[in-house]
Amino acid sequence: MSIKADVQLDCKGLACPMPIVKTKKAMNDVEDGQILEVQATDKGSIADLKAWSDSVGHQYIGTKEEDGVLLHYIRKSGDDHNVEQKYENTITNEELIDRATNGGIILDVREEAEYAFGHIEGSKSIPMGELENRLEELDKDQEIFVICRTGTRSDLAAQKLAEKGFTKVVNVLPGMSSWNGDLAKKL
Amino acid sequence: MTIIKMTAAQVARKLIEKQPLFILDVRNTDAYDDWKIEGHNFEYLNIPYFDLLDGVEEIIPKLPTDKDVLVVCAKEGSSVMVAEMVAEAGRDVFYLEGGMKSWSSYLEPIKVGDLTDGGEMYQFVRLGKGCLSYMVISEGEAAIIDAVRFTEVFTNFAKEKNVEIKHVFDTHLHADHISGGRHIAEATGATYYLPPKDAEEVVFDYTPLEDGLTVKVGASQIEVGALYSPGHTIGSTSFIVDSKYLLTGDILFIDSIGRPDLAGLAEDWVGDLRETLYRRYRELVEDLIVLPAHFMIIEELNEDGTVAKRLGDLFAENHGLNIESEEEFRHTVTDNLPPQPNAYQQIRQVNMGKITPDNEEQTEMEIGPNRCAVR
Repeated sequence: MSIKADVQLDCKGLACPMPIVKTKKAMNDVEDGQILEVQATDKGSIADLKAWSDSVGHQYIGTKEEDGVLLHYIRKSGDDHNVEQKYENTITNEELIDRATNGGIILDVREEAEYAFGHIEGSKSIPMGELENRLEELDKDQEIFVICRTGTRSDLAAQKLAEKGFTKVVNVLPGMSSWNGDLAKKL
Repeated sequence: MTIIKMTAAQVARKLIEKQPLFILDVRNTDAYDDWKIEGHNFEYLNIPYFDLLDGVEEIIPKLPTDKDVLVVCAKEGSSVMVAEMVAEAGRDVFYLEGGMKSWSSYLEPIKVGDLTDGGEMYQFVRLGKGCLSYMVISEGEAAIIDAVRFTEVFTNFAKEKNVEIKHVFDTHLHADHISGGRHIAEATGATYYLPPKDAEEVVFDYTPLEDGLTVKVGASQIEVGALYSPGHTIGSTSFIVDSKYLLTGDILFIDSIGRPDLAGLAEDWVGDLRETLYRRYRELVEDLIVLPAHFMIIEELNEDGTVAKRLGDLFAENHGLNIESEEEFRHTVTDNLPPQPNAYQQIRQVNMGKITPDNEEQTEMEIGPNRCAVR
């Protein structure tokens, strides 16, 4: 199955350093938080894109191979630390599993690609940007544990849900970036 | 200023002659930390090419002007890009043709010494990967031991020396590099020998390399004799050539000994390794010159670039031959082993003939150092 990306970049057949040179350039037209899919055939691009992303502060999400083509997913900047979280009802990663098994639902508001490369088994994916239009998929009577990568997007999502009349909403901190439990994939 | 191409052969010369060289390695840091071009007088700076996309101004002051500067990457492309930027900033600079890929493939043939009646022993030093192959030449005939996969290097060398390759041996089923033995034998009509205990799963025909087997090379009948010496693998076999050289395969190196774990049976084979190193080899003449199938560090290279040392000297100096307690020996060779070689399980499959990857895939499998030893 294909993973949703905001921008796609064709680097098939290109040898190093071109995949990175083109990716760097393409990133200029990607908005913060959006996902870039880089299609490449050079095997060296896996390690290099990951190392490059880390060094410039983009979030390397993962790579999958499809018909001999490597599909790399990178989220621009992805650095949403140091933003003050406003939503008050929070729990920690460690507390989450106990609480969620008592009839609650885990709502993962990261982008589809991030969810695809690793999420908590049984969690529901609604990317932050789609939340407003997909509220009817959620049950107001159910406890909703909102999680993202670092707690920032989930904070905004929790606020949004509260605004829309959801009362049993909890933000999970710090989020998937420090999740130690098992991860499910959907590739 | 100008950009000049440097070949792997030229880098090899600089290494062997202990010349200075400044290497600007632009691969990512993990790759560099794992494996680089080693040299006695080489200096290094590792900055990934992707950190230099906006310019090289910051690193220019770090590049010396009194020695050659060589830019190195995995395959060449990125080093050319960075070299162009360095040249634009007004410096003369070299790039490594073919990158680490060609460094990993390069073989330097060096004569180790003379054999009876004009025979010669050659060592093929694969500097980038630490693999050592051998050719015994005597009056029109040749035997090859532990050939790496670049078969033309051996067949061309034989042509140059006007000798016919008659016997091709592998001391064991290799796990760190792909053997060229079988293909050389197919191309030349030579006999290919492999220890049967390592060959239970191979899918091609071979001649069993048994303990005590002796072949004669050339009119002067230089003797190549097999000595069963298990421990790195269950089939590992050494050779004594012309009563002068002891080819130890991956059992004994200059500054280390073989590891017993690459076929997944460390606990079973540690006793064999002990037996070979502390009993079988002890019964041999100490003046034999040990020629191993690998070196791990460039300090193991002699002045002329060969890797060779008297057996008696190794008994005195090699730590792995001087562990008195069996218990301690067992710990040394089974605990805290270095990481296993890249793709070693796949490489074993290739050497058994079970899979046949293309050249590109073989190159990928062999990336990185050989890691066959325990120090």
